[in-house]
Order: sequence, then C-alpha cells, then structure tokens
Amino acid sequence: MVKKRIISVIAVLLILILLLYLATLILMPKYMSVSKEGALISEYYTEADLGNTHQVIFVGDCEVYESFVPPVLWNEYGITSYIRGSAQQLIWQSYYLLEETFEYESPDVVVFNVLSVKYGEPQNEAYNRMTLDKMRWSKIKADAIKASMTEEENFASYIFPLLRFHSRWNELGAEDFRYMFKRDKVSHNGYLMQTSVVPKESDRVGEELMDYSLPEIGFEYLDKMKKLCEENGAELVLIKSPTNSWKFWWYDEWDRQIEAYAEKNGLDYYNFIDEEGVGLDWSRDTYDGGIHLNVYGAEKMTLYFGKILSEVYGVEDLRTDDGISGVWDKKYDDYIKAKEGSADKK
Amino acid sequence: MAFTSVEFICFLAVTVLLYYLIPKRTQWPLLLLASYIFYFLAGGWYLPFIATTTVSSYFAAVIMLRSSEKEKNYIESNRDNMSKDERKTYKAVQKKKRFRILVAALILNFGILGVLKYTGFTLSNINSLIGFFGGQDKISVPSLILPLGISFYTFQTMGYLIDVYRNTTTAEKNIFRLALFVSFFPQLVQGPISRHSELASQLYEKHTASWSVIAPGALRVCWGYFKKLVIADTLMVAIKAIVESPAEHEGMYVVYLIIMYSAEIYADFTGGIDITIGVAQMLGIRVTENFNRPFCSKSTKEYWRRWHITMGSWFSDYVFYPVSICKPMQKLSKFSRAKLGAAVGKRIPVYLATILTWFLTGLWHGAGWNFIVWGLLNCLIILVSQELQPLYDRFNNKHKALADSRGWEVFCQVRTFLLMGIIRILDCYRDVPLTFKMFGTVFYSFSSWRDLFNGSLSDLGVSLSQYAVVIVAIIIVWAVSRKTEEGALFGEKLCSRPLLFSFCAAGLIAATLIFGSYGIGYDASQFIYSQF
Repeated sequence: MVKKRIISVIAVLLILILLLYLATLILMPKYMSVSKEGALISEYYTEADLGNTHQVIFVGDCEVYESFVPPVLWNEYGITSYIRGSAQQLIWQSYYLLEETFEYESPDVVVFNVLSVKYGEPQNEAYNRMTLDKMRWSKIKADAIKASMTEEENFASYIFPLLRFHSRWNELGAEDFRYMFKRDKVSHNGYLMQTSVVPKESDRVGEELMDYSLPEIGFEYLDKMKKLCEENGAELVLIKSPTNSWKFWWYDEWDRQIEAYAEKNGLDYYNFIDEEGVGLDWSRDTYDGGIHLNVYGAEKMTLYFGKILSEVYGVEDLRTDDGISGVWDKKYDDYIKAKEGSADKK
Repeated sequence: MAFTSVEFICFLAVTVLLYYLIPKRTQWPLLLLASYIFYFLAGGWYLPFIATTTVSSYFAAVIMLRSSEKEKNYIESNRDNMSKDERKTYKAVQKKKRFRILVAALILNFGILGVLKYTGFTLSNINSLIGFFGGQDKISVPSLILPLGISFYTFQTMGYLIDVYRNTTTAEKNIFRLALFVSFFPQLVQGPISRHSELASQLYEKHTASWSVIAPGALRVCWGYFKKLVIADTLMVAIKAIVESPAEHEGMYVVYLIIMYSAEIYADFTGGIDITIGVAQMLGIRVTENFNRPFCSKSTKEYWRRWHITMGSWFSDYVFYPVSICKPMQKLSKFSRAKLGAAVGKRIPVYLATILTWFLTGLWHGAGWNFIVWGLLNCLIILVSQELQPLYDRFNNKHKALADSRGWEVFCQVRTFLLMGIIRILDCYRDVPLTFKMFGTVFYSFSSWRDLFNGSLSDLGVSLSQYAVVIVAIIIVWAVSRKTEEGALFGEKLCSRPLLFSFCAAGLIAATLIFGSYGIGYDASQFIYSQF
C-alpha cells in the first residue's frame, strides 16, 4: 500500500509539473507581434551559443536598440557588435546584463547609454519582466531581479512565471500556441528595426524639475560598471543617444553631472543629442515624433559612431577574416532584406 | 504573512517538516514558536496584546483553580466539623471570589478589545451627537492598531476562562501551553473559535507523520485556496466595482450583489477555514468545523446553526443562556408574568437575551452601525419566525404533501438564502441608509436589467470567460457539499485511494494556479473575516 501511494503521488506530481510547465509556456507573453522589445533579451543567447563573439557590446534602454545597427556597423567598418538592450532598462539591469555578457565573451569596447542614470529606484513591473524574464538563470539573474523588483512584485513569480502570467488564460491567442516552443527572430543583433516615419512636430521642451540631482545609486552602478570593464579588459564608453522629445528630455544639468563623472573617472562621454555631424533630420529620421530614431536615423547614427569606434578606439576591421565575414555578411544581407521587405509593405 | 502568500506556504512547509523531524516532546514548543513568529510577521506591535491576554488569563485561571482546590481540600478536611449550611456558605464565598477574578479578567480582555476596536466608532458617534446639538468642539478620533484576529483569540480565551470558572475544563498550569492555545497560528487569522476542552490536549500531544494525517490536511488546504482564489477573489473585483459607485449600479446590480456577495463571502470564509483546518490536520490536530452547508438551511435559525458555528455556539453558551437564566432576568420574568400575563412574561427574558446576543454578534463583526443593524435584523427575522411558527405548523399540517415535498424544501432554502443575502449587503455598502436606498432600487430601477444581456456585467472587471470559470467552480463546490458533509470529502475515504487523491490534489493546484485571482492587479491577501 505504501509503495502504491508513493508511486501514485510521484506519478501525479510529475504530471502536475509537466502540466504547469506547459501552462507556463502557453501563458507567458511571446512578444512576437506586439511589444517586440520583450523578445530582445533572449535572442542574445542564440548568438552566444553559436560561439559568436563581439568587439563592441552596447547596453542600455530603447535609446540603444533603436539607435545602432550592428549589421551596418559591420558593413561599413568591419566591427562586430551586439546590443544588449531592452525597454526602460535600468542601470542596475544594464550592469547585470553586462556582467552576464562577460561570462560569454570579452568585448574590446562596452558602450553604455546614460539615460537610465536618472532613475533611482525600480520603475515598472512590465518592463522589468521584459528585461529579466528571459535572462538565463544564474546568480547574476537573481541579483538583477532583487535589484529591480518594484514593491508589488515578488521573487517567486520570477522563478515560477505562471504566478505572474496565469491571468492571461482569458486573453490567449493563436500566437501563444504557435510560439510555445520556439520564437522568431525579431532583431538584428539586438537592433529592433522601425521603418515608419512620424516627424517631430512640437518644439516643446522638457518641463522644469524641482531637483536636477541625478540619484546616487546611478553613479554607484557606473562605478561598478567601470570596475567590471577594467577587470575584463574592456573600455567603457558613455553615450547619450540622440532624442528630440520633451517627454524624454535630457537636461543640461544632468549632462553636466555625467560629464563631470566621466572626467573624474577618466571615461569618454559622447552626447549625440546636438551632434550636427550625425546629420539627423527630425522630420524623417524618427518613427515616434522624436522619441526614438527609425532605421534611417539609426543608420546615420551608426555610421557616425562607427567612425569613432574605429578611429578613436582602434576597433579592428574584421572584414578580411573569412570565418567571421561569412557570418556577418549574411547578417547584413538579412538586414537589408528585412528593411526592403518592411519598406515594400508600406 | 497572509495565508495566500508564497511566504506563508514556505513557512508552513518548513514548520510541518521541522514538526515531524524534531523529538516529539518538542513539537508543541515548536508550534508555539511558529505561532509567535507568524504573529510577529503580521505586525510586531500585536505581540504585547496577545501576550497580555495570555498572561492575564493564565493567572486568572490558576487563581480560580487554586481556589477550587482549596475549597475542595478545606471541605474534605473539615467534613465532620462543618454543617451543610456552613459548607454551602463557604462554597458560596469561594465561588464569589472566583467570580470576581473571572469578571476582572473579562473586563481587562474585553476592555482591550473594546478600546482598540470600538474607540473610533464610539468617539465618532459622540462627535455626531455634539454636532447634532450644535456643539463645535469635537473630540479627536485616535487611530489605534487592531491586532490580527483579536476578536477570535479574545473570545476563545475568554471562553476558556468561563469554562475554568464553570469547571468544564481544567486550568492550564503551564503558561507556555496556554500561550499556544491562545496563539495557535492556523486559527489566528479568522478562527474558528475553539473550545479549550476540545483543542488544548491535541496541541500538546505527540504526533507522528503519516499519510492519513498529512494527505487529507494538504488536500483540504488546496480546497481552501481553490475556493478563496478562484471564486471569492474573482467575484470580489466585480463586487468592489458595484459598491464603489452605487449611483451607477442600481436595481439588477443590487440583486447581483445579493447573490454574488453571498457566494464570495461563503467561498472566502469557508476557504479560509478549510486552510485553517487543513493546516491543523497536517500537524495532527483536529480543529472544530465551522460550517455545515449553510445555504441548505430552510430557516434563519437553521442557517445560524450551520454558518460560523463556533461563533454562534460561543454566543449561545456564554451570552444567550447565562443572560436568559440570570437572576435579574428571572425576576423580570416573574414580574412580567404577573403584570402582563404568562404568554408575554415567559417571552421577555428570551427576547431580551436574543436581542442582546444579536446586538453583540453584530458588534463583534465590526465597529459600525451597519454591523449592529445587520445583527438586529437577524434577531428580528428569528423572533418573527419564532412567533409565526404556530402558523407555519398549521399550514404544514394542512398541506402535508406540499410541506414534505422537495419543491417546498427548495423554496425554503432559496427564501433563506435570499433573506440572508439581502441583509448581508449591509456589509458591502457599510452605510445603513445607503444600503436601504440601494435595496429600494430593486423595485423601481427596471432599466438596469437590460445590462444583464448587453455585456455590461463584464465591465465590472470580470470577463465573461472568468464568470464561466467561477460558475463551474461554484458548481463543483456545490456538488462536493451535496455529496458530503462539509470537509468529509477530505477524509480517509479519498486518502485510501491514492491515485484518485493525487489527481484531485493536482487538479485543484493546477486550477487554482491558473484560474485563481492573485498576483499583480489583485488583492488576495485579505480574508473578509480577518477584519472582524
């Protein structure tokens, strides 16, 4: 009797675990047709598992995954790169993603977009999930979750995402079943292509703030990021991607604090907001009225920054390396096809 | 640490594991430690209050015990020297001493409960009176903490003291054992209100882990979560939407509220009690059942024998009966019989005791006029039913076939369900005039019934597919309760069929995890009765 009990309990337990696992696969958001930025984080592992390494790693929020095009960087300068970007990526998330990246590869240059230094505390659960859910499990992920959770969140729901996404059962669509076990690729080495054009219309500037001091925690993580890069032999470069919207205004007061930090710590900082050399046209190079760049703006930004990477930081041109160029030429071809395909649809 | 939190499940798993791993003689101290940790995590400031109740009750009970022993020994040793009258006088003196101790302990503990729970309500009413008479100076209403489960543990402990006074249970000589009886963590959130004679010895016994102990308990816990998260917390969203904007939800929505709030509070309260009983069962302890299919009741009186049984029996044993037979009441009865006749005279003590019992029952549920009116309406229905009983009996005798038919039984059940549901909406609106006004709209706001068919119900925050799940869940709960007495499903019968048992447990867990209303966007932490 005891044996029978044990066997039946174990059997049913296994069935239950399998059922809950399948339920989790169905219920978790797929980010395939909407909010595609939610699928960015997991794509890096496909690249890493193939053994593809990169000379340049970008980390940061939407301002990096919408501003730089790795296939273009390759095609023009022979630089291999990957963007570990995600929506509203907070600075501590960037730090942990970078720490994780160093577990897989040793880039020469790490480029960090400083917009997230303005956040002193966890912000938004939905964005947290987009960044953290698909990170591979490790101590680094656990630390990233602990640093990022808002008050309403709990750690258990990251271990068992069913606890968070169970309520999606009444909004499931065909996509949830189609992408249960696999995902389509949504990015080009982390770049999320946007081909539409929505010009900037208003000249409105950011609203005045009571206090322009950037939170201390942001600088603490910049310190940690700098130390991490030093330990891994990479050069940390700080940038501020170009934006031109009052909603995400980058204040001069903030800029001066970042400049001072960079100077004090011997880091380079490039603010591209007013950089005329990039040649941005805000009536054509943005897809959302100036908040983010579209593919035309991102290509201009990539061309401009690629030159800095190769000339200032001496990032080597690898186009003559047959092993690497085979892979990267294919990536470029795919990128061009996707861009043309997307333009044709319009 | 709410029952529905991941932390509680981890806490429970660790407690149960340790409970059966440590030497058996240390099981009850572990339970005491776990209970105090549980209570501390609920709120560190709650501890002094439960400790005061424990210490004061311990000393009161011990003093009463010593007095009884002294009395017994004295009479024993002076049996030959004392006349019957002397013995009687001595006993009366000792009993009076014990009574004083009891009253002092009751005043202290009910005083704590009263001050913490009713100060705000009392002062607000005094301020209203001051305002009514044109006064300007109002008393500031302090915001006092209300320790978790204070009504439950105070009533349970005071019941113990009265039982010690009545010699129906033995006084606990070990203060830590009494502390466990007062603070036993599964009961802290929402009862039941256990009796010392039934619970205490089980707490201190040595328990051995076995399939027949742990499995039914675990299944009962799963069943509780299923009721709470799938039914109660899903309906809560819609109920909140109706109650928060009454002007937009008249007529049909009030009928919806009457029915759905009944379902919600049943699933919430019985779900919580299932978790309590299941957790205790996993620890080898049988806690008193608190429900017995209340919605099958054919009368209000029967309903109250089936709903929150331990509270009902507490008020019967410690308020209703003592008040009905106390000396002043007997005198009043005698006086009334002489002045108003036997028929009226014999009713007066019963009526007064019933009114007092229901007034206190209402007040126990919360510091608000809605609770008091709710209690008194229950009282009114019970007394009117009692007076009409001869009429019912005549009708039943005249139409025996009808009275014995299943249809009549269902009619009585539906009538009781609706009656109880109607007065229960006082708990939803928490405002007496508004409740009556909203109930009135049922009889004139006919246009609202259109919303039943145009999809407006899904605007209340519960989608049609969620309604479908809730309805299926209610049917399952109903079917289970029809098939068995409350809780019996989880008995040894099911455990003797391990495969079926495992499938039931797995099904409940899966259904609760997927269809339950919990996590971000839901507030599953609060049980309705934990606020009482």
